[in-house]
Amino acid sequence: MGKKHTSCRNVNENPCNMCMPMGGILAFKGLEQSMVMLHGSQGCATYMRRHMAEHFNEPIDVASSSLNEKGTIYGGEKNLKQGLDNMIKAYRPGVIGILTTCLAETIGEDIDRISQEYLREKGYGDLPVVTVNSPGYGGTHTEGYWLTLRRIVARLAQKTGANSKINVIIPNLSPADIREIKRILQLMRVDYILLPDYSDTLDRPYQKPYRKIPEGGTKLADIAAMGGAAATIQFGLTVDESMSPGHYLESRFGVPLYNLPVPMGVENTDMFMNMLMKLTGNPLPACLEQERGRLLDCMIDSHKYNARGRSVIFGEPDNIYGVAKICLENGIYPVVVATGSKNPLLVKLLAEKLAHSPLRCTVLTGTDFTTIRKQSRGKANIAIGSSDGRFLTEKEGIPLVRYGFPIHDRTGGQRLLSVGYAGTTQFLDRITNTLLEHKHKHYRKSMYEMFYLNNQPVEEFFLESSGEQHDVFMQ
Amino acid sequence: MDVRQAVIWDSVLKERKESIITKGKQKNRLKCDTDSVAGCVSQRACVYCGARVVLNPVTDAIHLVHGPIGCASYTWDIRGSLSSGSELYRNSFSTDLQEQDVIFGGEKKLARAIDELVAQYPAKVVFVYATCIVGVIGDDLEAVCKAAAARHQIEVIPVQSSGFAGNKAAGYRAACDALLRLIQPTQTGISARANTINYLGDFNLAGEVWIIKNYLRQIGVEVNVAFTGDSHYEALKNATAASLNIIQCAGSMIYLAQRMKELYGIPYLNVSFLGLQDTAESLRKIASHFGDEEMQRRVEELVARETARVEPTLEWYRRRLQGKKAAIYVGGGFKAISLIKQFREIGIDVVMIGTQTGRKEEYEIIHELVDDGTVILDDANPSELEKFMVEKGAHLLVGGVKERPLAYKLGIAFIDHNHDRKHPLSGFVGAVNLAKEVYTTLCSPVWQYV
Repeated sequence: MGKKHTSCRNVNENPCNMCMPMGGILAFKGLEQSMVMLHGSQGCATYMRRHMAEHFNEPIDVASSSLNEKGTIYGGEKNLKQGLDNMIKAYRPGVIGILTTCLAETIGEDIDRISQEYLREKGYGDLPVVTVNSPGYGGTHTEGYWLTLRRIVARLAQKTGANSKINVIIPNLSPADIREIKRILQLMRVDYILLPDYSDTLDRPYQKPYRKIPEGGTKLADIAAMGGAAATIQFGLTVDESMSPGHYLESRFGVPLYNLPVPMGVENTDMFMNMLMKLTGNPLPACLEQERGRLLDCMIDSHKYNARGRSVIFGEPDNIYGVAKICLENGIYPVVVATGSKNPLLVKLLAEKLAHSPLRCTVLTGTDFTTIRKQSRGKANIAIGSSDGRFLTEKEGIPLVRYGFPIHDRTGGQRLLSVGYAGTTQFLDRITNTLLEHKHKHYRKSMYEMFYLNNQPVEEFFLESSGEQHDVFMQ
Repeated sequence: MDVRQAVIWDSVLKERKESIITKGKQKNRLKCDTDSVAGCVSQRACVYCGARVVLNPVTDAIHLVHGPIGCASYTWDIRGSLSSGSELYRNSFSTDLQEQDVIFGGEKKLARAIDELVAQYPAKVVFVYATCIVGVIGDDLEAVCKAAAARHQIEVIPVQSSGFAGNKAAGYRAACDALLRLIQPTQTGISARANTINYLGDFNLAGEVWIIKNYLRQIGVEVNVAFTGDSHYEALKNATAASLNIIQCAGSMIYLAQRMKELYGIPYLNVSFLGLQDTAESLRKIASHFGDEEMQRRVEELVARETARVEPTLEWYRRRLQGKKAAIYVGGGFKAISLIKQFREIGIDVVMIGTQTGRKEEYEIIHELVDDGTVILDDANPSELEKFMVEKGAHLLVGGVKERPLAYKLGIAFIDHNHDRKHPLSGFVGAVNLAKEVYTTLCSPVWQYV
């Protein structure tokens, strides 16, 4: 690992992350018949609903305890109880997630006590409630997501008899990616429990009648059985133990944990398949073998186009690790890898992989988009990440391949497929085609200027070097 | 008791009953402008949201959110306000408060953040937005801003927009207070110019301020500054150089207009440039305020010319849309009122109408305008929207980003009438755009398959 810079900045310019409760909502949306309550002021729920509705193109119902001035001064207990009451009347949920916000945490609300008291008062003893302390200042949406999953497992998993199921715990992936992982698991004949499964709840088919709480999601009975599973596969290499649901299952119930990278790229997907073969004893089915072959074929077909690519990658830690892996495997060498999360594990993992890259790469954690832009200027020619990277295109002319959350300026974020051999193939095509489109748009003019007008030849933009130095900026 | 029974929710929650009426069936006494009811899944945002919506279009200002990251993250460049100059307003700056700041206070960090930003971006005004946390940990925003202003010799204006301290409408007021502070230290000697007005409550979505400015120019009226679409520091500061304020979005700007009348004696008029009827009437109102016959003649000329230009197109749409039923759920009252008339212009009846932050006076006008049987509701939630749209057989919903997927899931057409849109709905061109959008969504072939 190269230099490590830490700078203490006082201002974040154009955030590269959202806040904790947002991740919590996403995790809860993957539970069957769930409803979420945000304990805080009305705006938090509305902003997050809006942010998600625009990405998923789905109605996102999230209740708020609508704390007002009085509740802030005298405590929000009354609001939270009344809120739960109204929400239950309107939605009849099978499980309730309660997330705190900055406001509730700062005034010291005890959501555990209040919610338990509420359930007793109303005689709703058997209604499962999962509480999560998720102040917006406590971390990014990524930490909120994992912490919520850990809380869900801690509250709902039980020491049941041993079963032969395999727990599969996933990071913030698209519904299409979740469906692809499920397809692979089925092809491998794995008896699995996938958490959280929002592949239907956040990407539901058009159906009548409309249901306020969509069908789908991980069943509570399945979560209960996670404590007796044969193993846990968690696509969470960068997840700190304190927030890791897989780690909880291992330490509490002795379920062996296998932390794997998100299956993006050949090697990462191979690791997933090998693990499934090892755990089940089943062979790789012919169709997956063929998909692997097609991915390799695609990589060879495109390798010369991809060789021109210099990538800036941003998003959530485990996701960008997967994207970086795809880029490294295809010679689209990363020059900037960035996340809003402060994640030392990611830096370590990336440093190992980037050691074999011929280009210097800057890894930014706890960063913002103004910093990403500055670092990418003149170095990157393709950006990969959420639509929040739009200024990279607008201001720096770097085309953006949309991946991750949120995608607000294009449609179909929920349908983007990027995992497994087949998903990686599609993702790689999107990257290659973006590079090609960019090239075709500019090459006539640049050749004309360079050779017909005999202008100064454009300097080779990227100096190849075999350096192993990585500037790792930590904020 | 097991609550997990499949209950079809068919009645309105008790706490919400007074906020919903059906014209002709109940007395016109709608409860509005109150705090949202907990657990009802209100579509409203917070005080901060209201303030940010109103101030963010000020193009050359540094917009700094003092609080944890979320508030800045969810409001970064999400509006369609256009600028003819600076693009600084498209950045979202945050002090990104951490746990230690919450414990020890965020004043020092805020002061340093302002210093850093001012050093990097030349700006004459900084708006510092308070979020929930600031209101609780007791940072003295006023003092920090005052000191920073003195340090940098620029305006650093606190916006008192702690999220929990009221509803979205309280945020409008906080924004107006911030704007008033900008106007206050007006240079003496500037006197109001004749036929020069300020245009309040237009945020220049897709260039709407520019469309209206053009109309006004044609009738001999100059716009001094618009609040706040495509506005900038110098122009806002000289706001007292106008002899009249016209207000479109009254919900957000009536307070500013009232204060400017009290402080500077500038009279105001309510206007609306949504739809043919309202656009024409508003122009007439302005001309009649100035009592200028030449101006009145020019208004009639403009209205006749523009109406003649768009009428055949509208007629084409009217024939195809006649008899359809619309539901409306928008942010403010003026929009709702204009939409009723605008739908009438293209042969569509309104069967359900509501707003997030409509005022009592506005609901009275709405009640007057709609037909018997129309449901009127304040601060609605998805369950209510679903219930009444289905009950009333609406073919179309007008709303914002959160409402769109609900309409689509119900198989109902949808009109985007929000701050994110990228096409103008103002003036004569806007009237055609709306009709076109209604036709596009209502008459799409996709509905044949669902």
